[in-house]
Amino acid sequence: MNKTINQKAWFFVVPVFVLVAFNAAIPLMTVVNYSFQETFGNNVFAWEGTRWFKQILLSERFHDALGRQIAFTFIILLIQIPLGIGIALTMPKKGWGVPVCLILMSMPLLIPWNVVGAMWNIFALPDIGFLGYSLNAIGFDFNFTQQPGDAWFTTILMDVWHWTSLVVLLSYAGLNSIQPAYYQAAEIDGASRWATFRYIELPKMKKVLTLAILLRFMDSFMIYTEPFVLTGGGPGNATAFLSIDLVKMALGQFDLGPAAAMSLIYFFIVLLVCWVFYSLMMKNEVKS
Amino acid sequence: MAKITLNNLSHSYVSNYTDADLVLRDVNIDWKDGGAYALLGPSGCGKTTLLNIISGLIKPSKGDILFDDKNVTSLNPVERDIAQIFQFPVIYDTMTVYDNLAFPLKNRNLSDTEIDSKVREIAEMLELTSTLDNRASGLTADGKQKISLGRGLVRSDVNVIMFDEPLTVIDPHLKWILRSKLKELHQKINRTMIYVTHDQTEALTFADQVVVMHEGQIVQTGTPVELFEKPKHTFVGHFIGSPGMNILPCQIKNGQINFAGQEIQSNSNIKKNNFQKTQLGIRPEFINFSDKGIPVKIKRVSNTGRHKIIDTECRGGTIKVLSNASTEIPSGSAHINFDQKYTFVYGDNWIIE
Repeated sequence: MNKTINQKAWFFVVPVFVLVAFNAAIPLMTVVNYSFQETFGNNVFAWEGTRWFKQILLSERFHDALGRQIAFTFIILLIQIPLGIGIALTMPKKGWGVPVCLILMSMPLLIPWNVVGAMWNIFALPDIGFLGYSLNAIGFDFNFTQQPGDAWFTTILMDVWHWTSLVVLLSYAGLNSIQPAYYQAAEIDGASRWATFRYIELPKMKKVLTLAILLRFMDSFMIYTEPFVLTGGGPGNATAFLSIDLVKMALGQFDLGPAAAMSLIYFFIVLLVCWVFYSLMMKNEVKS
Repeated sequence: MAKITLNNLSHSYVSNYTDADLVLRDVNIDWKDGGAYALLGPSGCGKTTLLNIISGLIKPSKGDILFDDKNVTSLNPVERDIAQIFQFPVIYDTMTVYDNLAFPLKNRNLSDTEIDSKVREIAEMLELTSTLDNRASGLTADGKQKISLGRGLVRSDVNVIMFDEPLTVIDPHLKWILRSKLKELHQKINRTMIYVTHDQTEALTFADQVVVMHEGQIVQTGTPVELFEKPKHTFVGHFIGSPGMNILPCQIKNGQINFAGQEIQSNSNIKKNNFQKTQLGIRPEFINFSDKGIPVKIKRVSNTGRHKIIDTECRGGTIKVLSNASTEIPSGSAHINFDQKYTFVYGDNWIIE
């Protein structure tokens, strides 16, 4: 096919270019700008070089927030992925149960983040919340507003409730795409239930599971609204994950320079993990 | 190894079925131990359903399955001890070729040395030895199908090995190789094999006995020669053969067959005539041109290299004639004669003998 050369076509790109410039490139450059300078307002800036980056990277506060963030993401992945696969395996494959299950599963995904936070806040309150009250009634000393362990427990439970469905739906789609002949062959080969899962279902779900892990990693690594509404990062700094800590620094203390440096470091961490993940995914793709 | 008996099998995929819902009706089969059989029929005739019923993947709505006179109707595939190979290659992606072949044996807790010797024997037979250590997912379609075949053949204790259109995804030139390989294997291991296909060449070359199915029923069981020379049902007539049998409307009066104003001699013994519809069946191979006989018009001659297929017109209907490529074909008007030995009368689609 012969391509016609027509420079006027560039005009069609202009709207996208402008849109991306205003909603991504320019704000990002502003942050870059802040990260290398000190400002006292009134648009007065002083050059600081890499000082803020060094400060953040060496600060115990950042290390702690990063540690909490990694722990949180790791724990919820460890719970949600196996749990999601497990639920998907037990879901019906045909009949009236399919739409019922799918609707039930989609419900948590449709609730806005801050509503989820508010729901769980009230639900877990030790004096009036159903969960908090019940736990205390059966003898647990549960108070997520006072005890760090309880705050973590509630936050993780909330995230599992909110997002496991996503893993379930993706796994379910993966399972449904397996041709019946595979199960029939496994049956004839005398494979046990576990062997069928290990050698047929799991390999066939590999792609959707990679996607599920990637999505859940990104979402949980950048989580803000739900823990903000639920615990506000507390008690103390117990549930102050990276984004909560970042907002505290930027808007609470108005340390714009360090906050900008921290956002960039945060951004690069997410980018790096996604890139590693994506390359691994593509590498396997080429092999098979 | 076992002989297989099917007694009055009927099946429907809906639970409260009426006659119209039946995908299999009243199937009776007696298969000898160690035979090679083919189930032949067009898509949707119920042959795969029948196969899955024999293997135990589907429970029939009615009727019994017997292996060596033992009723196995309620047993699952593992208990029935059968092997089945599917239309599309089923392989375990994450395993090597070796592990794929060893899988059915491992699940049955055989010792490692036993597994190893069996796997190597089968790999040798299927020419997979050089790829044993490769990941199975990297193989071509026919390589994968060979693994599927191998998993079915690796167990020595199976009652029957079933093939569900196993060569569909294989390239034509490899089809020949794999098909003759299967035939060879059958002679070597001498186990009952059932081969499902819609391809008459595959069925006729593989099997000693071919079962032709049509709309959930068995219309004829026989050797390839029987199916060709004496089709019991008009469906067999036009499904087998290329081109298929000519099926021509005819009248029967006073024990005489009348077609196109001519009296026709046939191999059918027509004593009674209580049919709604009577037809004459004659294969294109058994029609000759001659000086007198049924008057026809020559419409089209196609030369396949080995044969000439001649479309002739007779009173608005088409009669196909097959001749040697060297035969001179008259043009315009001509006369044809039917070979009496291979001319049959069909009453309501079934042969009158």
